[in-house]
Amino acid sequence: MQRSFITRNPSVLIFLALLALFTLGVTVLSEAFGIGLISTSYVKVLGKTLCLALVAVAMDLVWGYCGILSLGHFAFFGLGGYMIGMWLMYERTRDIVVGALAEAPIPPTEQEIVDGIGTQIFGVVGSNEFPLIWSFADSLTLQLALVVVVPGTLALIFGWLAFRSRVNDVYLSILTQAMTLALALYLFQNDSGLRGNNGLSGLQNLPGVEQPQSHVSMWFLWASALALGLGYLLSAWIVAGKFGSVIRGIRDNEARVRFLGYSVETYKLTVFTLTACIAGIAGALYYPQAGIINPAEVAPITSIYLAAWVAIGGRGRLYGAVLGAVFVSLVSSWFTGGKAPDIPLGIYTVQWVDWWLVLLGLSFVAVTLFAPKGLGGLVDLWVERRSPNRHGADLGPDLGSLREKEASQ
Amino acid sequence: MMRILLAALLLLAAVCRVQAQDTPMQAVLQDNADLMVKSSRQTIGPVIDAVVASGLPQVQDVLQAWQAKEMWQRKADGLFFHGEKLDAKTYRLTDFDSGLPVGEFAKGDLRQLKPNSGVRALIGVALVKFQLSDPDPTKRRDALVSLERDPNGAALEALRASIAGETDPALLARKQRLERLLTMGYDTDPAARIAAMEEMAGDTGLDVRATLNPILQARLQVFDGEIPEAMNVLSRLEPGSDTLPVTVAYDLLVEQSKAPALISHDDMRNILAENIDGGRVGGIPVAKLDTDPARRQAFATLVEQGLTEAATTEDEIESYLSDYIFAEVYAEPSRAVTDAAAMALESISTRVGIGQAVDLTLDALSLASIYFLAAIGLAITFGVMRVINMAHGEFIMMGAYTGYVVQQWVPNHTASIIVAIPLAFTVTFAAGVAMERLVIRWLYNRPLESLLATFGISIALQQLAKNIFGTQARPLTAPSWLDGAWVLNDVVAISYIRIAIFVLALFFLGVFLFIMRRTRLGLETRAVTQNPGMAASMGINPGRVNMLTFGLGSGIAGVAGVAIGLFAKVTSELGSDYIVQSFMTVVVGGVGNIWGALAGATMIGFMQKGIEWFNPSNTLAAQTFMIVFIIIFIQFRPRGIVALRGRAAGD
Repeated sequence: MQRSFITRNPSVLIFLALLALFTLGVTVLSEAFGIGLISTSYVKVLGKTLCLALVAVAMDLVWGYCGILSLGHFAFFGLGGYMIGMWLMYERTRDIVVGALAEAPIPPTEQEIVDGIGTQIFGVVGSNEFPLIWSFADSLTLQLALVVVVPGTLALIFGWLAFRSRVNDVYLSILTQAMTLALALYLFQNDSGLRGNNGLSGLQNLPGVEQPQSHVSMWFLWASALALGLGYLLSAWIVAGKFGSVIRGIRDNEARVRFLGYSVETYKLTVFTLTACIAGIAGALYYPQAGIINPAEVAPITSIYLAAWVAIGGRGRLYGAVLGAVFVSLVSSWFTGGKAPDIPLGIYTVQWVDWWLVLLGLSFVAVTLFAPKGLGGLVDLWVERRSPNRHGADLGPDLGSLREKEASQ
Repeated sequence: MMRILLAALLLLAAVCRVQAQDTPMQAVLQDNADLMVKSSRQTIGPVIDAVVASGLPQVQDVLQAWQAKEMWQRKADGLFFHGEKLDAKTYRLTDFDSGLPVGEFAKGDLRQLKPNSGVRALIGVALVKFQLSDPDPTKRRDALVSLERDPNGAALEALRASIAGETDPALLARKQRLERLLTMGYDTDPAARIAAMEEMAGDTGLDVRATLNPILQARLQVFDGEIPEAMNVLSRLEPGSDTLPVTVAYDLLVEQSKAPALISHDDMRNILAENIDGGRVGGIPVAKLDTDPARRQAFATLVEQGLTEAATTEDEIESYLSDYIFAEVYAEPSRAVTDAAAMALESISTRVGIGQAVDLTLDALSLASIYFLAAIGLAITFGVMRVINMAHGEFIMMGAYTGYVVQQWVPNHTASIIVAIPLAFTVTFAAGVAMERLVIRWLYNRPLESLLATFGISIALQQLAKNIFGTQARPLTAPSWLDGAWVLNDVVAISYIRIAIFVLALFFLGVFLFIMRRTRLGLETRAVTQNPGMAASMGINPGRVNMLTFGLGSGIAGVAGVAIGLFAKVTSELGSDYIVQSFMTVVVGGVGNIWGALAGATMIGFMQKGIEWFNPSNTLAAQTFMIVFIIIFIQFRPRGIVALRGRAAGD
C-alpha cells in the first residue's frame, strides 16, 4: 500500500509545526504586532537565522545526501543577495533623487533622474554610469527572477564543467572554493559594477514603504519562515522519492550507481543547481534584513562555516542542518555579542569575544571525531531509533553503512 | 671746479688705458661695464661672448665669480674685482688678471654685481665649457651630472670640445653618450641628428627615451583649409573617431573662438529656470519640460524672443566640425628627424619589450617559488597522505610569527633569520605531529571530515594568534644584505629577497627529493602511500611514518612562513591568503608528486604575472581570471599536469 508522503516522513510535519509555532511566538512577542518583548534588532537576527537555516538545508541536500562537499554555496547565497540588493538600492536611490530634483524649478527628465541615481550609487567608486549588469535594476520582477537565475546559471555552468570531467571528492571541494574565491576577488574590484569593496548598502529600507522597521522586519521574518518551510518541504519531498534514493546511492558509491545505468552527472548537476537556486533565495531574504552586502560575504571562509554548521547539526538529515545553523549562529551571536560571562582564571580572564572562535574551532574537531551524527544524533536518542550495531566507531551517514574495517580499507 | 674734475677723470681714463696693456680681462670688463652692472637676460649675451672670446686663462674665474655674485665694482674707479668677505663691513678684493689681492675695502666703497637668475643661467652655459675641461675630475663629473639632469643644446659645442682632452675613461664614456643624446635633441644639422638616432637605436636607457620622446611630441591643431606643406604632420584626424572624440574636437574649436560654446544640459536647464514666466517658459508649461525635445523647443523660443544667446546644441556640432581639418602636428619641423626618431623609438621599444619579458619572467619565477614554498608542505600532506589540511596556512602563519618572536630576542637580523628558520621548522613540525596524533589519524579515509576538523583547528589557531599577537601587522625584517635589488638595466631588476626565496625553494626541493629517495623515511613513506596494508606486513609502522611525514610537511610550511613573512606583513590572516592558491598549486600540478607541485607553482606563477601584464593596474582581476582559467584547465587534465600512472597512482 502506498502511504502518503507525510506519513512516511513524520519529521516534516513536526518541523513545519515547530516552525509555525516559532513564527507565531515571535509575532506575539514582537514590538510591531505583539507585546514587544523581542526587540526589532533581535527579530532581524531571528529572521536572518531562518535564512541561514534555509541555505543549510540546501547544503545538506548537496553534501549530506549527494555527497558533494561544496565549499562555494555562499557564493550563490551572496549572488542572490546582490541581485535583490541592486533593485532595493536602485529604487531607494531613485526615491531620494526624485525627491531632491522635485525642488528644482524645471521638472527633471528621465535621463537626469537616471544620471542622478548613477552618481549617487557609483560616486564611491569614482564613476557615475550604470554598468551593463544593472540593466534590469529598475524592474522588481526581473531582479527577483535573477535571484534564482543568476546563481542557478553559475551553478549549472560550473557543475557541468566539473562533473563531466569527473572531478570528485576533495578536488571538487577545492574547485568550488576556488570558484567562490574568484567571485569574491572579482566583486572586490571597483569596476566590477557592484561598488567593489563598499558593496550595496541601505538594503533594509524598502522603497515606497512607510511602515517602521519593526513592521518590515516582521514581514521579512514571515517571508523567511515561509521560504524555509517551503524549501524544507521541497527538499524532504525530493529526498523521500526515488530521486533521493539515487542521490544517496551516488553519495555512498558513485561508480556502482553509474554501472546500474543512472546518469550520475545529470543527478549531481540537478542537485547542485537546485541547491544553488535555494541558496540564492535564502540570500535574497537575508541581506535586506542585514542591510548591507559586500564581497567579504562570499569569501571562501563563509562557505566553510556553512559546511561546519551542517556537520555540527548532523548531515544526511534535513532537520539536522536546520538545527546546526540555528544553534551555531545563535550561540555565536550570544558569545560574540558580549553577553556571555567572562571566566576569571586568576592570572587571565577568558573573554568570550576573543575566545569564542577558539571554542568553535575545537568543537568542530570534537564533533567530527566523536559525534559524526552531530546534534541530530540527539534526536535519535529521543525517538530511540538505534543504529544497527556494526561493532566499531560510528562513521556518520555516508560511511555508517559499512563496518569500520570495511570503511578504512 | 668742474674743469678740475673733468681733468681728473681724463687722467684716470688715461691710467686705465695704460693699465689695459697688462690687465686684458679688466679691459674687456670695462668695455662692457654698463651692460654688466645693469644686466638682463636679453642684453647680457654679447658681454658673456666677449669675455669668453678674449680667450684668456682668467675667463673661468671671472665667470664663476660673476655667477656666484662675488664680483664687486670699486665705486672710486669702476674697476671690477673678485670680492671676498672678511667681516660684515670689510671685503678683500683680488685682481682678476694678476690674481693678487689689491687690498681691503669698506663695503660702502664697493658695489656688488647682482646678476638675476636668467643671467646666471646664461653664465652657467658659458661656464660649462670650462667645467667640462676642468683639470679636477670631480668638477668635470659635477658639470656632467648637471648637464645630464638638465640637458640643453647650448652646451653641445663645449661638450664636443671637451671630449678630445678627457683622460678619465669612465667620464669619457659618459661624455660620449651625453654628446650623442644632445646631438639627437639639439644639433642644428638634421643629418647629424638622424645619424645619432640611428646609432642610439636599440639602447634601452631611460635617458635615450627621454630625449626621443619630446621630439615626437605632437599637438592637435585645427586648420581652416588644407594643411600647409611646410607642416610636419603626424596624422590627420577625423572627429568622432577613437583618437579624436567629437567633444574634444569641438572644445578645440571653441577654445580658438571658431565656434560658439556648446550649451551643456545643466546650463540649458538653468537658463530655462531663469526665464520662467507665469508657469511657462517660451510658451511651454513648466510641467511639460521633462523631456529633452520640449526643453530644446522652449530654448529655441527664448532665443527667438531675444531672451538668451543662441548656443550650439549637439545636433549642430557636426556642421561646425565639417568645416575644419584636424591634424596632429609635430613641433619638430623636419620630417626626416621625426621619422628617424620614431624608428629609433620603435627599435628601442622592441628591446624594452624583450627586457620587460625577461623582467616578467623573473617576477613570475619568484612568485612561482613563493607558491612552491607554500605548497610543498601541502604536496606532502595532501599529495602523499590524501589529507586536506586546512590548517596548513596557519602553519605558515606560525612560522612567520616564530620569526617575529625570534627577532624580539635576537636583534641582529642576519643571526635572527638563521635561528628562526630551524626554530620555525621545529615549532611547526611539533604542531604537525601533535595534530596528526590527536586528530588526523582518526580520520584517514574520511577526507571530507578531515577537511572540516582541520578547518576547525585552523580558525582556532588563527584566533589564538590574534589573542596573543593582536590584530595589527607585525614586522619581520630582512637582513640589510637582502635589501635592494639586482639591477641589470633600466628595465630588468629583481630584488635580492626574491632571489633568496628562489634559492630557498630550490633548496627545499632538493631536501624533499633527498628525503624521499635516499633515506629510510622516504622509502617507508612511499611504501605506506602505495599500500599501507602491505607496508605494515613488511614491518613498517604506518602510524609512525604518517606522523613523521605530516610533521615534515608542516615543518616546511613553517619555513615558508619565515620566507613569506620577510616580504609580507605578519598577520593572523597571513596563512589564509595563501591557502587556496596552495591547494590549487597542488591540484593543478598533480597530486602525490613533488614535480607536480613544482609544475603547478610554475604554471600559476607565470600565468598570474602574465595576466597582470595585460592589465597591470588590477591584480584582483588577474587572480580572478587565473582561478577561472584553472577551473577550465582542470577540465582537460583532471589529475593535474603530472598525473601519476599505474601502481604509484594508488587507486
